[in-house]
Amino acid sequence: MMYGVSQLGYLVASALFIFALHWMNTPTTARKGVYAGVAGTAMAVVVTWAEPSVVHHLWIILAIVAGFIVGVPLSRVPLTAVPQRTALSHAFGGAAAGLVGTAEFYLRLSEGAEALSPFRMVALLAEVLLGYVTLTGSLMAAGKLQEVKWVPQRPVTYPFQNVANLTLLGIGIALGVAITLQPAASWAPLAFAGVIVLSLLFGILLIIPIGGADMPTVIAILNSYAGLSAVAMGFVLDNKLLITAGALDGSSGLILAIIMCKAMNRSFTNVLFGAFGQVQQAKASGEEQVYKAETPEGAAQVLEQANLVVIVPGYGMAVAQAQHKVRELYDQLKKRGITVKFAIHPVAGRMPGHMNVLLAEADVPYTDLVEMDEINPDMPQADVALVVCANDVVNPAARTDKTSPIYGMPIIDADKARSVFAIKRSKNPGFAGIDNQLYFSDRTWMLFGDAKNVIGELVKQLAGGSGMH
Amino acid sequence: MDIWPTVYVFVLASFIGLGVIRRVSRLLYTPLMSLTNAISAIAVVGSILVTGGDYPTRIRLLGAIALFASMTNIVSGFLITDRMLKMFKTDKRGEGKPT
Repeated sequence: MMYGVSQLGYLVASALFIFALHWMNTPTTARKGVYAGVAGTAMAVVVTWAEPSVVHHLWIILAIVAGFIVGVPLSRVPLTAVPQRTALSHAFGGAAAGLVGTAEFYLRLSEGAEALSPFRMVALLAEVLLGYVTLTGSLMAAGKLQEVKWVPQRPVTYPFQNVANLTLLGIGIALGVAITLQPAASWAPLAFAGVIVLSLLFGILLIIPIGGADMPTVIAILNSYAGLSAVAMGFVLDNKLLITAGALDGSSGLILAIIMCKAMNRSFTNVLFGAFGQVQQAKASGEEQVYKAETPEGAAQVLEQANLVVIVPGYGMAVAQAQHKVRELYDQLKKRGITVKFAIHPVAGRMPGHMNVLLAEADVPYTDLVEMDEINPDMPQADVALVVCANDVVNPAARTDKTSPIYGMPIIDADKARSVFAIKRSKNPGFAGIDNQLYFSDRTWMLFGDAKNVIGELVKQLAGGSGMH
Repeated sequence: MDIWPTVYVFVLASFIGLGVIRRVSRLLYTPLMSLTNAISAIAVVGSILVTGGDYPTRIRLLGAIALFASMTNIVSGFLITDRMLKMFKTDKRGEGKPT
């Protein structure tokens, strides 16, 4: 009877999770998705807590209270910090899976080796491996995103890096196979501890060679790992809710990672083992190229005459906290009857969808946030493309220059607009360290300076101008 | 334990996941991530069983830490997802509720 009730509860929770994700297909229903998710989780917690095998309650209550104490502030972080918060929560998810797996192993071991069938043992090892790799890998990623001092920002590479990493993984898997074959052996607990240590180490080494521009993909992959570790836990506990929820999370991470890779024209293996973010060797180009700088006054005059303005935001907009000024500019232009659209590249920012959230926070209507594929056909009609600290995602070399490391990457065709204003903090190349031909085009004028100040100036010019009429 | 029903569930759930996620609005990828994060914190189920069972203290301690980690993800994941989704409006500040 009790079994039936709990299984029914898990089934309903699974259905609620599927609805939760289904409702994310449009912003109008998305919040319903959150409520469905909360309902599903609450139901699962209650049903599990009511299990007859759960006899001690104090620690459960304490852990739940502690979870609230830490969880609530973590949900209030500024939106620029959402990528590292996400990475951190992947780490928590990985830790939970790894710890439960560890507890299960030593528990079953004390019950005798029969409790550790090969299938269960493999599931346990997968849970522990994925869990601990996700834990340290995500902590590294969070550290890089937060720019913590002792975590190197730039990719760290050394000779035989991939060989060393794969050897480490190989040793871990060999230990796992040995334990699976002989779980009763006296060395099994020690070997299991070895797997844990190797997993923790492997997680760190996996992320060390990855640079900031690849973070959207890496976060998506870690998301997938966190989901798969929950699936493995489901196999260990024979719990179908865990398997369903984990599979949903796993496929979500996978799809996002694939989308991110496509948006950079790179493969999975290339992101994980390619160490792309290194500074590329400066290409020896014969001629000296010169920028044309423009003042905010001049730019404001051109903007005023435009019919269609396309704003291309990049991660630098978030760094400069310029999204609210951008919104003011948007208002000023809209007031003049000018059509303003935002062109969003899939990998702009430090995680999938980052730019959309930042602009939504600044109250830009989401109907004016346009995907790359939809805006590109309109770019030749745009009178002005305003590039706000975006670099690689508007670099025409991706279309034309076969020798460029970003060749083949889909870009926003800012260079096809009638005129281009590019806001840039300094004359240094962007994250990937590649020179951007767009800046030297005869239709492009540079606005050097901090994005927040430059756009603030533009707004002031436009506001002042309208006052005189 | 018969493993095949569980494997079935996994494969079918993955197909559902791929189908559902593919339709998610591209605007919402960041909230999607925090939502799936909170959902996969369903590892809370395993943590409760380990923490609350009649097991040695050190085993239950591992469970309690795991429970704390999952619970943090559940609370912060759902709250921040809702906070972000509230910001997506169709037009003009103040007016728009996303419904």
